[in-house]
Amino acid sequence: MTDRRKFLLSMARSVGLAGIGALVWSSVLEESVSASLLLRPPGALKEEDFLKSCIKCGLCVSACPYDTLKLAAPGDKKPMGTPFFDAREMPCYMCEDIPCVPVCPTGALDESSVSNDGILDINLAQMGVAVVDSYACIAFWGIQCDACYRACPLLDEAIVLEYGRNERTGKHAFLKPVVMPDVCTGCGMCEHACITEKASITIIPREVVMGRAGDHYVKGWDEQDQKRVANAKAEITQTEISKKSAIDSLNDDSGLFE
Amino acid sequence: MSLTRREFLKSSAAASAAAAIGMSVPADLEAKAQKAQSEWRWDKAACRFCGTGCGIMMATSGEGVDRKIVAVKGDPAAPVNRGLNCIKGYFNAKIMYGADRLKKPLLRVDKDGNFDKHGKFAPVSWKRAFDEMEIHTKKALKHGGPEAVAVFASGQYTVMEGYAAQKMMKGGFRSNAIDPNARHCMASAVVGFYQTFGIDEPSGCYDDIEITDTVIAWGSNMAEMHPILWSRVTDRKLSDPDRVKVVSIQTYTHRTSDLADLEIIFTPNTDTAIWNYIAREIVYNHPESIEWEFIRKHIIFAAGPVNLGYGMRRSDDKSIKEGKYTDLEMETISKEMSKVVSKAEGPALEPFGYKEGDTMVNNGGTLGHWEISFEEYKRSLEPYTLSYTAKLCKGDPDEKLRDFKKKLKYLAQLYIEEGRKVVSFWTMGMNQHTRGTWDNTLAYNVHFLLDKQARPGSGAFSLTGQPSACGTAREVGTFTHRLPADMMVKNPKHREIVENKWKIPNGTLNGVGKQHIMQIHRDIEDGLVKFAWVNVCNPYQDTASATHWIKAAREMDNFIVTSDGYPGISAKVSDLILPSAMMYEKWGAYGNAERRTQHWRQQVIPVGDAMSDTWQWMEYAKRFTVDDLWGAYEPSGPRKTPLADVRKQAKDMGYSGDTTMFDILFNNEDARSYKLDQKDPIQKGYDNSEGYGDARNVIGSDGKVFEGYGFHVHKYLFEEYAAFGRGHGHDLAPFDVYHKVRGLKWPVVNGVETQWRFNSKYDPYAAAQTMKSGNPFAFYGTLAKALQSGTLEGKDKASKKVPLPNKAKIFARPYMDAPELPDKEYDTWLSTGRVLEHWHSGTMTMRVPELYRAVPEALCYMHPQDAKDKDLKQGGLCWIESRRGKVKARVETRGRNRPARGLVFVPWFDEKVFINKVCLDATCPMSKQTDYKKCAVKIYRA
Repeated sequence: MTDRRKFLLSMARSVGLAGIGALVWSSVLEESVSASLLLRPPGALKEEDFLKSCIKCGLCVSACPYDTLKLAAPGDKKPMGTPFFDAREMPCYMCEDIPCVPVCPTGALDESSVSNDGILDINLAQMGVAVVDSYACIAFWGIQCDACYRACPLLDEAIVLEYGRNERTGKHAFLKPVVMPDVCTGCGMCEHACITEKASITIIPREVVMGRAGDHYVKGWDEQDQKRVANAKAEITQTEISKKSAIDSLNDDSGLFE
Repeated sequence: MSLTRREFLKSSAAASAAAAIGMSVPADLEAKAQKAQSEWRWDKAACRFCGTGCGIMMATSGEGVDRKIVAVKGDPAAPVNRGLNCIKGYFNAKIMYGADRLKKPLLRVDKDGNFDKHGKFAPVSWKRAFDEMEIHTKKALKHGGPEAVAVFASGQYTVMEGYAAQKMMKGGFRSNAIDPNARHCMASAVVGFYQTFGIDEPSGCYDDIEITDTVIAWGSNMAEMHPILWSRVTDRKLSDPDRVKVVSIQTYTHRTSDLADLEIIFTPNTDTAIWNYIAREIVYNHPESIEWEFIRKHIIFAAGPVNLGYGMRRSDDKSIKEGKYTDLEMETISKEMSKVVSKAEGPALEPFGYKEGDTMVNNGGTLGHWEISFEEYKRSLEPYTLSYTAKLCKGDPDEKLRDFKKKLKYLAQLYIEEGRKVVSFWTMGMNQHTRGTWDNTLAYNVHFLLDKQARPGSGAFSLTGQPSACGTAREVGTFTHRLPADMMVKNPKHREIVENKWKIPNGTLNGVGKQHIMQIHRDIEDGLVKFAWVNVCNPYQDTASATHWIKAAREMDNFIVTSDGYPGISAKVSDLILPSAMMYEKWGAYGNAERRTQHWRQQVIPVGDAMSDTWQWMEYAKRFTVDDLWGAYEPSGPRKTPLADVRKQAKDMGYSGDTTMFDILFNNEDARSYKLDQKDPIQKGYDNSEGYGDARNVIGSDGKVFEGYGFHVHKYLFEEYAAFGRGHGHDLAPFDVYHKVRGLKWPVVNGVETQWRFNSKYDPYAAAQTMKSGNPFAFYGTLAKALQSGTLEGKDKASKKVPLPNKAKIFARPYMDAPELPDKEYDTWLSTGRVLEHWHSGTMTMRVPELYRAVPEALCYMHPQDAKDKDLKQGGLCWIESRRGKVKARVETRGRNRPARGLVFVPWFDEKVFINKVCLDATCPMSKQTDYKKCAVKIYRA
């Protein structure tokens, strides 16, 4: 560990452990607002639960063999003392033995969420998901880049290339990076490698960016997807138009007959 | 007031739209638009990096010394790339302005400022730099004659620089010890071309990609190393996915396999067996597919000796006798003298008179060969049955033999299929090979048998790695054995042509050209070469067995000079460093892999006191006179006869004893006829630091401000060089034409470029040769076009030489093992190579922050099971150790390169992961190109 990092780590720890002094309370309020965009270590619980469980001990940060994980310090505008990483600066290198997770004393980093049959599997991590800005990404201009694709530890699984013909030149192809959100762990190696001035592929926490289709419709052509039917249940639906009971609405002609 | 981009777009669009409809524009908006357009100047150039040869446009802004390159765009008019680039090309604007750019000459000195080999670098004047070069060059000449003065040359020289260096070395110093780094990248292709066609460079062009039905990449990661060509291959595949097939034949899986319909992973070095297997399928199992009419008209069959060794040091080399090589190293090097034929190669060598267990005595490389019958050729193919080939070649221990056999059969079928056009592309995999020349000729064999060569969409096509490996190294002839336009130093007639053109006495040129780049390193270690100058390359990082060469440079009595833009390993190893102008700081020209010559103008004035290599050569030439260089020399090194004193003839030609080489070779009457002219539309408004000097007022080699040579040096050098090829199948267009077009593919005859050589429909030279016969082809190269005859076992010494005009050759050449194979102790193959993000040794691209961030270090790519078996962790450090040395690198078991068990891949761009300390300096004994793709290593946890 570098000296600078040791210093930051111990400072952040003491602040975190000293707890919630009046002096720093205001910044805590401000910080929790921006917390929703923070990248947490592998296995972190949902942000709300994570903040409740994390005791800001810094053990995960000490265990990280790279300079990836940091503890939020005052002025970072992040919940103080909690671990996070900035993928552009230093991504998660997806260690196979995930040293940062088992050391967590409170389960804020949940070992079971990154384990398969009791064996650690970093590929299960869901730190975030990569999002491509197709306007700034030079691969969408036709430049032969795909630096993100080559940097991806799950190459051809988490990022795949979409091939397309370049009608303008008439003889070249586009090789565009496309993220597979179900595989992407959010490690950020793509964001780190991106060669545009500001990264054109960015990791965003999954809760922020991922949609959810709902379970009332499953893909008729996809057996796997049809398993979602297990979550489906019949629900009573209501919209503006159905707020009144049927009889009330029938008895309210609202000038219909005029 | 500054304009934002959006405002700019708005105002300039408004101005042009308004102009179009004749509307008047508010005056201040018009002024703004004009200012925006005049803030930068766009001009065409070529990309600095690979052999693809993409066209770019450079934007410069500022005045005088403050004019800088600010931006770059792909040139939409360039036929190769139509406005696109790869990510290296994308950063052309940033490569020249690294924070540690070299700006002053630097000399190792003691505390009193005297030269001291063990001193630290300190800035010196250009005058002092040339004083030191003069002293040490003269010392070297006295010690060992011309052979003691050497140059590490380059496939990244501009055409003009390479020509200037070659002229001074060969014409001035009478030394052929000049050889380019291109030796390491395509010498095997060159010898393959010479042997097969009698003339260098590909018959096809990139248009083959859009026309072909099949792209077969052999030992080439085109997806990363030629990305723009690969995007054209991809587009062709997308245009007709069912018809168009892509095959990737490699020693490990990499990105080129992504698109492939078929991937074949073979054991290193066995690609020669795969080629022979395909030929056997044709000859034995599909004889109906042989185009006999083509063969009868255009082809002869040939063979040569097989006991060539591996281009390593031989037992009588001085450094071997002095014990500079360890016992471990000698385990491999001993095979240079003799070896025992292995079980694997036994069957393949049987038709050539060897069998398993025989001791093969190696005689060292020879280019000699003789004609054989078709029956003899057929006999050489007999061993390559599917079962022998599959067992020998299968490179993935986890693949089923049955599946591998199916793949081989399918591959042969694709080549053979009637009406299917096939292009075979290759780069380093087939060239960096101890049988690289053979491998290249084997490729042509298959294409010739099927009449699928030199036709639109069909042909074996060697791609080059460097931007001007073709244009400068090959066409200008900056190789030890070459002169311009395919002429050879060995040939007295060729020497005479060159001497006459250069206006130097007959007998000046040295006829022995054997100091290839690997030999120069060895000659330094042996104490023959005492002065060496590094030009536009990084030989102390890029050469295998690197520890030896660095030690020789640093610890022995010699003087090493490096001209460079940045402080790379070669600069660090040197005694003197000269700051060089980089590509866009000088006029220049490059020639790409499809014979396309592209020129550019000087875009900006160089930084600091940096000057072009051309200028450095011309100033250096001022230090040597007729009396200094043109006396007699005793035999030295490879030259066993004396060099004659030509001073008298020189005087007869009007030179005096103190006429300088500068005046003879560069500042002559002809040169001075190339006028500087600011009214000339080509020159107007552009700097020409050599012609005029420039606004920096650099203090030159005489201690005075350099005010220019007063003529257009670059135009002169180009035109003089081009004259050698015109009328000889190498025709280049006039200098000015290249400034108006986006490059032209030579031969350019009557202003028209040539797409497919040797094909009389497209190539005017072939058309001239076939006027009477009406033949569709003429392989009109003239080298080695008269042969004796014999059998596979040897030449019939009594046979007569038969001339073979317009014929090409099919060679019988067997599979042989690499000299160093994995064994119990060193159990893993090591292959090296490049990554898309970095160019060669990384001196430029590792200084571009975005590229550095994307790939900051070289990784050791290996199979996850190998990592597990060796107790290595993904991302952890490991040692990679060979008999020559070891380096540390991080283990990568996932990602872009995925070797099968038993092989690791480590790129060489990273000076901190100095993999060339591990690699073996074995070469193809014919081409002298190093095999960087194969040596044996052990890997363990660091």
